[in-house]
Amino acid sequence: MNWLTNARAASRGLLLASLLFASPWVSAVDPEELADPVLQTRYRELSHELRCMQCQNQSIADSPVGLAGDLRREVRNLLLAGKTDDEIRDWMRERYGPFVLFRPEFAPRTAWLWLLPGLMLLGGGVVAWRVLRQRRSMLVSDTDEVEPRP
Amino acid sequence: VNRFVLPLAAFGLLIVVLAVGVRRAPEKATIPSALIGKVAPAFVLPALAVEGNVIASSFDSNTMRGQWYALNVWGTWCAECRVEHDALLAIKAEGKVPLVGLNWKDDTAAAQQWLQQLGNPYAAIPIDANGRVAIDYGVYGAPETFLIDPQGMIRYRHVGALSATVWQDKFMSRVNPVAAAP
Repeated sequence: MNWLTNARAASRGLLLASLLFASPWVSAVDPEELADPVLQTRYRELSHELRCMQCQNQSIADSPVGLAGDLRREVRNLLLAGKTDDEIRDWMRERYGPFVLFRPEFAPRTAWLWLLPGLMLLGGGVVAWRVLRQRRSMLVSDTDEVEPRP
Repeated sequence: VNRFVLPLAAFGLLIVVLAVGVRRAPEKATIPSALIGKVAPAFVLPALAVEGNVIASSFDSNTMRGQWYALNVWGTWCAECRVEHDALLAIKAEGKVPLVGLNWKDDTAAAQQWLQQLGNPYAAIPIDANGRVAIDYGVYGAPETFLIDPQGMIRYRHVGALSATVWQDKFMSRVNPVAAAP
């Protein structure tokens, strides 16, 4: 063994160690975490429910853009100020409109969004039931109409 | 024949729904502001001076009450803001509606240099360093321009670069509805 292989082995070990330890360490010093675990859980859930208006199909939790970071900061401040989840959603909606909420509220304008899936399931059930009943009656009539061979 | 009627009707309905959606797509592309018809959020911020010290004084949005003005959200990092700059200078030259330029999350020295080189279209330049005021206005990308009436009410919001046409059609037609009508 010369010094080069030693150095290689050492650097490989160092790389492995840094990969193993990197992720928990990074999250431990995450400046966006809240000290209170209850608030942190609510923060995580809320930030996944709010749309990043700049990128529109990402939540503010997933988006790296500056505005998403600002909105996460506001959510944390509101949580620390003792606001409820609904109050924080309203706060966002007053500024950015209903589009900011990934889970739309139940209002006359959005009622069909909530009711349509149930209605379609019901409609599909009715169709399926009628088809099955028809098929059963066809089977019954089949056996009825078959005449025994002479 | 009867078994085709219902699926065909459903298919026809789907076509109609999708056609309406596609036709309305352009106007749906920009999200309407939640603040139209509401009182513009009040704020006090440090203000940028174009000559001399970078930060000269503070700007209080309440001082704009009693007149029409436009709040233009901009930053030197925003490419579209460069596009609309000449239109902003023309609006200033027109001299009818003052522009307040909310400098959004920008480097103040760069902002000062930008205005010295390109010309300053603004009557006042509040500095929104951490983006808090922009959030109160529901801003999601620069440039955005809000039209605010003498009662302090937000009457219109334009997303994207301003042009002379947009200014006449969407802003001046609201400031002066009689004169704008041909």
